[in-house]
Amino acid sequence: MCLAIPAKVIQIDAAGSGKVDYLGTKVKVDFSLLENVRPGDWVIVHAGFAITKLDEEEAQETLALLREIAQAHGE
Amino acid sequence: MPGLMKELRDGSITRALLGKIGRKTSGLDRPVRIMEVCGTHTMTIHRYGLKSLLEEAGVDMVSGPGCPVCITPNELHEACIDLVTKRRNFVLASFGDMTRVPTGKGSLQSAVPAPSSRVKIVYSPEEALALAEGNPAQEVVFFGVGFETTIPAIALTVKRAAEKRVPNFSVLTALWLIPPALRAILEAGETAVSGFLYPGHVSAIIGLEPYRFISEEYGVPGAVAGFEPNDILLAISAVLDQITEGRPGIYLEYGRVVTPRGNPVAQAVMEEMLEPRDALWRGLGRIPRSGLGLKDKYCTYDARTKYSLSLKEGSGDLPGCRCGEVLRGLISPPQCPLFGKKCGPDSPFGPCMVSFEGACFIYHKYGRGKESG
Repeated sequence: MCLAIPAKVIQIDAAGSGKVDYLGTKVKVDFSLLENVRPGDWVIVHAGFAITKLDEEEAQETLALLREIAQAHGE
Repeated sequence: MPGLMKELRDGSITRALLGKIGRKTSGLDRPVRIMEVCGTHTMTIHRYGLKSLLEEAGVDMVSGPGCPVCITPNELHEACIDLVTKRRNFVLASFGDMTRVPTGKGSLQSAVPAPSSRVKIVYSPEEALALAEGNPAQEVVFFGVGFETTIPAIALTVKRAAEKRVPNFSVLTALWLIPPALRAILEAGETAVSGFLYPGHVSAIIGLEPYRFISEEYGVPGAVAGFEPNDILLAISAVLDQITEGRPGIYLEYGRVVTPRGNPVAQAVMEEMLEPRDALWRGLGRIPRSGLGLKDKYCTYDARTKYSLSLKEGSGDLPGCRCGEVLRGLISPPQCPLFGKKCGPDSPFGPCMVSFEGACFIYHKYGRGKESG
């Protein structure tokens, strides 16, 4: 099952393992499948591994698109 | 990031998107049928009531083969049951829902393990490897099932087992690739699909290029979608634009998580450890190069080789179960005579009722049982 909700990186060690905050719970995660992850980043975790990092800029673009649709509908 | 989640579930935006979708379909001269490939998309579509709202807006959503538990044929489950019931000092490690799949030999959950053997539910392949390292006197086999989302984790775990030379660890692989399965569905031509919602997290690994043949060779549009209700509607709206404009392509709605190239680290470890194989999918049959298996040099970590397993394809099919037709989008779960009667979440008859990602489980949970299909 895909966990669709992103988790926030809390800590990461040199070997690539660390912890995320997933909906308020601290979970051990392996970051070896990602490059350049830092605490504070948002990631998607699957089967104990972080598989992708969230892109803030892209998220804002989707947000802007959704607001635009809502606004057009309201007019 | 949490701010965005609110907008992605906002009801007024949902209504606006549904209005947009309705206007787009009313201009088309043919019915629109979109296959959501991923089981987690099926879950969102039903949890938020989008299935019937979309029907009203002129879009028929049909579930695809996006549940790894569902498409893994029973002979693989039976091989796992045989291993743990016939061998002593043996641990069969598996993701939880795999243990509940019914077969002619029962399920991993109901099977009685041989003395000193057990079935252990794990959340990660790494957990299975740690189990082997911590229990050197026991043989540990991980039932490694998954799509591209899970495959890199399994490949990396085998790589680590090989580096650390853990002799008592192996994997029974059931690794499935989504693009060849979609080609098989299009080739069979049984399901009139006007567009695809591509799976979000499979795409996070593979990127967009592996879907290119779908628009270029078959002229079928598609969009990579996120998992919130308004993600799905945005993606459907984009698929409708492609249909209207006669420009089939791949729209990336889930850009916050998926990059066009995918995850290069994950792709590299898959390539290093695994190679394509022809594979038999439940319902879809044998599909060329639709599976991955461990390369020969890692055969000591391949449970098939290590235990000389001879798997007879198709031998485990359960008579009466119509999961295969559900997985091909030929019937809707309530059209199966067993649905909600002989087959329910408490006593599943087939795998599509077992998994949280299974279409039958989801239809049952969200009360689509009365629907005629």
